[in-house]
Amino acid sequence: MRHSGARIVLECLKREGVDTIFGLPGGAVLPIYDALYDFEGLRHILVRQEAAAGHAAEGYARTTGKVGVCLVTSGPAATNLVTALQDAMMDSIPIVAFTGQVPTHLIGNDAFQEADNVGITRPCTKHNFLVKDGKDLGPTIREAFHLAKTGRPGPVHVDLPKDILVKETDLVWPEKVHMRSYNPTYDGHPGQIKKAARLIARARKPVFYVGGGVISSDAAAELRQLAELTQVPVTTTLMGLGAFPSAHPLSIEMLGMHGTYYANMAVHHSDVLVAIGARFDDRVTGKVDMFAPHAEIVHIDIDPSSISKNIKVDIPIVGDCRRVLKALLAAVREELKEEMPSAVREARKQWAEQIVEWREKAPLAYEWSDDVIKPQYVVQEISNLTQGEAFIVTGVGQHQMWAAQYYKFKHPRHWCTSGGLGTMGYGLPTAMGVQAANPGKLVINIDGDGSFQMNSQELATCFTEGLPVKTVIINNSGHGMVRQWQRIIYKERYCAIDLPGIPDWVKLAEAYGCVGLRVTKPSEVVLALEKMLSTPAPVILDVCVDKDECVFPMVPAGGANTDMILALPTREVKDKAAKSQTGF
Amino acid sequence: MQNGNSEPRKHTISVQVENKFGVLSRVAGLFSARGYNIESLSVGETIDPTVSRMTIVVHGDEFVIEQVMKQLHKLVDVIKVSDLTDDNHVERELVLVRVNAEPQHRAEILRVGDIFRAKVIDVTPVSYTLEATGDEGKIEAMIELLKPMGIQELVRTGKVAIARGPKTRARKVVEASKRPRVSDDPRVVGFAD
Repeated sequence: MRHSGARIVLECLKREGVDTIFGLPGGAVLPIYDALYDFEGLRHILVRQEAAAGHAAEGYARTTGKVGVCLVTSGPAATNLVTALQDAMMDSIPIVAFTGQVPTHLIGNDAFQEADNVGITRPCTKHNFLVKDGKDLGPTIREAFHLAKTGRPGPVHVDLPKDILVKETDLVWPEKVHMRSYNPTYDGHPGQIKKAARLIARARKPVFYVGGGVISSDAAAELRQLAELTQVPVTTTLMGLGAFPSAHPLSIEMLGMHGTYYANMAVHHSDVLVAIGARFDDRVTGKVDMFAPHAEIVHIDIDPSSISKNIKVDIPIVGDCRRVLKALLAAVREELKEEMPSAVREARKQWAEQIVEWREKAPLAYEWSDDVIKPQYVVQEISNLTQGEAFIVTGVGQHQMWAAQYYKFKHPRHWCTSGGLGTMGYGLPTAMGVQAANPGKLVINIDGDGSFQMNSQELATCFTEGLPVKTVIINNSGHGMVRQWQRIIYKERYCAIDLPGIPDWVKLAEAYGCVGLRVTKPSEVVLALEKMLSTPAPVILDVCVDKDECVFPMVPAGGANTDMILALPTREVKDKAAKSQTGF
Repeated sequence: MQNGNSEPRKHTISVQVENKFGVLSRVAGLFSARGYNIESLSVGETIDPTVSRMTIVVHGDEFVIEQVMKQLHKLVDVIKVSDLTDDNHVERELVLVRVNAEPQHRAEILRVGDIFRAKVIDVTPVSYTLEATGDEGKIEAMIELLKPMGIQELVRTGKVAIARGPKTRARKVVEASKRPRVSDDPRVVGFAD
C-alpha cells in the first residue's frame, strides 16, 4: 500500500518502538503534523523552543535506555536544535532528531527557512542523513535508530525535504540493518581481559574510575559485583553518578575538578587505575602529566578513539562495558583462586586505611549558618527526603556541582546532567522529557537562577502537558560559578555576573499556571521541600541561598588534582591559582 | 598528550569510503575540527562504484597519526583505513604545468620533459603545457628545472597511493585473464585461489 512520506515516517517510528515525540511544528514539517492528526499510538509533546525538544529527548533516552525522538521544522528550528545535538554528542546519548527541509528542488536556493541542516549538524552528530527519495525513508530511519543506540551511542539527525513527505510511495522496511562500514566491537579481547584481571588481583593500591559508559551499557550490577569481589574503591565521574551507590562503603564518590579530596588523592596515588566507560576528560584529569602518575592504567571503552587520546593506557580493552565487566569478573575469580601473596594483602589493607584517613581529613563539608540558607544543605535535604529514589536533573553551574557532591545516588539512570558540553538551560526541558518517560515518578530539577532562565519558557509545556516537574532554584542572584572563578582566580574583579532578584520566580511560576514557593530561612527549607513534593502540579521552589558560597574542593583549570583548594583561599593561594590558570 | 614520542613526519593514509553524498565533507571536517594538518587529499571512485578511495597525506607524530586513523575509522561512512607509509606501496602524483615557451627555451623545455617522461599536451606560440606523473621527488625536480623558463600556471592532483600486491598471486590473475572467470573481477581477487 502506498502512503505519503509523512505517514511512512510515523509508521517507521512506531515500528521502532517510539511512543513519545518532542516537537514543534512549522512549514516544512506540516505534512508530518497533518499525518499525526489521526495517527494512533504516538504521543506528541509540544515544546516552546526547539532546543527543549532535543533536551527532552535526551532526558527520555537517559532514564529509559531507549532512543529519544524529536521533530522540528527547517532553518531556525534546526539551528536551535544544534545545542541539544552537541550536548547529546558529548554525553553519548542516543537520540534521533528529525528536521524539516525545503522541497528538494529548492535546496540551495536560499529559500524561506532554508539552512544547510546536514552541513550544520555534521560535526555535532554521530551521523546524519538527508533523505532525497521516498523509498529511502524506511531504510534511513532504520539505520538512524541503529546508529543512535549501538556502539558508542549518540545523536543521529535525519533531514526531511517537504516534497518527500508529501509524495506517496511504498514503505520499504528492511528487517535487519547491515552497514558494512559500521561494526562496533562489543566483546573485549580475552587476552587483554586476562591481563587486566591479573593486574587487578595483584594491585596494592587499585581504584576503579567509572564513567557514563557503565550507565549506557547497563553494567551497574556487574560493576558492583566486581568491586565487592575485589574490594576495590570506586570513584565515578559526573556522568557516572548512579553507576555505583554513593553510600556504598567502597564508594569514594566523584573525582576531578570538584571531586572529593579522597577520590582525587586515591586516584593520584593508585598503582592500578581501571577506567570503565570513562574518557579522561580534562575536568577529570586536571594536568595530564600529573594524573595518576604511578598507575598502570586499564581502559575499558567501546570507542577505540577514546583510548590513549588524553592519557597513555597500558591495557586497552575495546568493548561494551557490560560484556567486558562480565568477562573480567570471571577472569578475576579465576585469578583469586590463587592465594593472594601476604605482602599484597597487607598493602591492600593499608590502602583501605589510607583512604579512610583521607576521607576523615577532608570530608565534603560546608559551614552551617542559622541565618542564611547554604545551598549544600538544600541538596542534602532533597537527598534525605527522596532517599535516592527520585530522578534528579540539573542545569549547569555551582548548583550542578553541589547536586553531584551532596545527593546520595542509589540507582543508575536516575541522574541527568549536561556533562561534556555544560549546557546551561538543560535542566527544565530535560526534566520534562524524564517526566514524560516516567509518568507518576518524582522528577526534581535542581537548577540555578542563571541556568533556569535559559529555558524557563518550558514551564508552559510542563503545565499544558501535565508534566509535574519539581524545580528547586538554588537562587544566588547571579552566575555563581563565574563569580567563584572571578573571586578565586581573577582577583575579585567581578564582571557581568549579577542577576539581581528578577524575575520573581513565584510570580513567574504562577504566570505559567504552575505553583511557586519561596524560602529564605534555613529553618523553613524542609517544610518547603515537603510542600513541593506533596504538590501534584509542576512547582518552582525559589530557595534564596548564600550568594558567597563557593564549590569546594576545586582544582583550578590546568592544575594537578593534588593541588585542590579545599576552602576559601588566602591571598597567597589565590596568586598561585591565578598562575596555574590556563585561560579558561 | 604527554608523550609525543616519535618525530613528526608525513604519512600516506588510504581510506575506503562509501561513495555517498557528504563523505568528503565529513573527512575534511574531521581534519579541521581536530586540528590535524592535511597536506593533500585526493579522491575517486574505485572499481566498485559504491566505494571511493581517498589518499590523504597528513603530517604528524605516531600519536597524532594513531588518533587520525581512529577518528577516520569512527566516521560511519568509512569502510577501511590503512597507513601505507611503512608498507610496501607505490605513490604517484600528476602535474599539469603551462610554461612560457620563448623561442630560445623551446628545445630546453622539451628536453626537460623528455627526461621526466612528461607529455606535451598543449602547444601555443608562447607556451607549452606538460603533463607528468611520478612520485613527489620527481615532480618537484621537474618543476624546479622548469621554473627558470617561467611557469604560468601549475596544478597538482595530490598524491594517490596503492599497496603493492603479493607477486605470485598477481601472476596467476594475469594468466587467468585469457579466459573470463568470476575471479577476474578485481573485487574477488583475494579469493581467486
